[in-house]
Amino acid sequence: MNALERFGQSTIDFLEYAGGVTQLGIDAFRDIFRLRVRVAETISQSALLGVQSVSIVLLTSLFTGMVISLESAIQAVQFGVGNLVGGAVAYGAFRELGPMLAAVVVAGRVGSAIAAELGSMVVTEQIEALRSMGVSPANFLVVPRLLSLLIMMPLLTIFADVISISGGAWIANIYAHISYSSFITSMRQTVGFEDFAKGLLKAVVFGMIIALIGSYQGLGTRGGAAGVGRSTTSAVVIAIILIFIANFSLSYVLFGSR
Amino acid sequence: MASIYAALDDVSLRFGERIVLENCSLDIVKDAITCIIGMSGAGKSTILRLLDGLIVPNSGHVYLNERDLCHTSERELNVLRRKVSLAFQFAAMLDSLTIGDNVALPLREHTDLHEPQIRKIAEDALESVGLQNVYHQLPNQLSGGMLKRAGFARAIVTRPELILYDEPTTGLDPIVSHLITNTIVDLRKKFGGTAIVISHDLHSIYRMADYVAMLFEGAIIAYGPVEEIRRSENPIVQQFLHGSEVGPIPL
Repeated sequence: MNALERFGQSTIDFLEYAGGVTQLGIDAFRDIFRLRVRVAETISQSALLGVQSVSIVLLTSLFTGMVISLESAIQAVQFGVGNLVGGAVAYGAFRELGPMLAAVVVAGRVGSAIAAELGSMVVTEQIEALRSMGVSPANFLVVPRLLSLLIMMPLLTIFADVISISGGAWIANIYAHISYSSFITSMRQTVGFEDFAKGLLKAVVFGMIIALIGSYQGLGTRGGAAGVGRSTTSAVVIAIILIFIANFSLSYVLFGSR
Repeated sequence: MASIYAALDDVSLRFGERIVLENCSLDIVKDAITCIIGMSGAGKSTILRLLDGLIVPNSGHVYLNERDLCHTSERELNVLRRKVSLAFQFAAMLDSLTIGDNVALPLREHTDLHEPQIRKIAEDALESVGLQNVYHQLPNQLSGGMLKRAGFARAIVTRPELILYDEPTTGLDPIVSHLITNTIVDLRKKFGGTAIVISHDLHSIYRMADYVAMLFEGAIIAYGPVEEIRRSENPIVQQFLHGSEVGPIPL
């Protein structure tokens, strides 16, 4: 196969993948909008995929907020702009840090779990059994996972926002002696509800990416246990790459004018 | 003349470079048990998946109750599949659901029955395959034979017109294998309908089959009532039935 053929084949593979994920998304959202939703399963998946991710999201957000404050607060005080630290930390947390950190952690923990579970179901013929019973795997399996992540990702992002800002405020107070009131005042002057809300919108998009990529990789599993492993790894890698691309695109569209 | 419930008409199917079926034709007689025999990897299970609309052939036609599945949308197929049940080789029970919920799933999906009715029908289906007190157990708590029978219960729960059994006795000890064969025969006596059984177990086949079809190199090379197949002069059929290493079947 020469270079041109390889390029052509890669292009076809990419378009097939993009088309497959898009079709899965259309099928799932059509069921959601028609309210063909399994409520009990969605609640169960929300607990499994969302609630159980809270602790890891809190830990990573806390330490990231703290380290950003540690790096910036002392220098800011030295330059006489310590009163801006609260705003800077909150600005970063609401717009980028909260949604991105939550998304990357959830992609690693939940995206892999979705791909592994659905992949195992493929190799044990459970997906084929669903189809043979006239049950749509997209409705039965993907919709609850997608919906639960659309709900849980913004909630996890709120936790990530709050805990990273709190950690930042604490470190700024300890190491740079920036008072909590100064930190909060700076926050109020710098960020608004719009920043917070747009961050949550990003989280919804990231949740969609994680659920759809995890599901698509899982449902596309071939080749037994080794195939499940490949699907799981690919789900995480592809989801994280797409999250970074989507983050830039969304930042450009949502915050481009400011 | 016996009426035909399902048929493959000149079907060819390839998986990549590998030819699985080539110009394969087969009629499935209504209200009879047809067993399909053949070497491992010959494409027997593929025939079941074609008849359930899970696979579309590269060419030819697959008919179910005179309806061509090759020209049927996925939505229409989902409606047709309510008349067909596939009992998988390893049961393929959803491992996140209990046995009872697995058996009740087709009823919950496709009927407006109330929950107590669904539960009663699911329990009756489990009882008809000799399984009691397993409703709340998870699939991994059952033995292989029990799982297969639970799979049968799920297959019969909607009273399908056609049941497809994929190697129901493979990997089981002779006693459980005997029990499974009896279950298939009893289910057909009790509920009627058409059945197709993929099997290598000749003792089971002789006990339950009305018709036997032999698949070899992508096509049906012998088909007829079970006694006729046993007396067949086709050397391939005879080699297979006698399990002989010597003959036209390449090893």
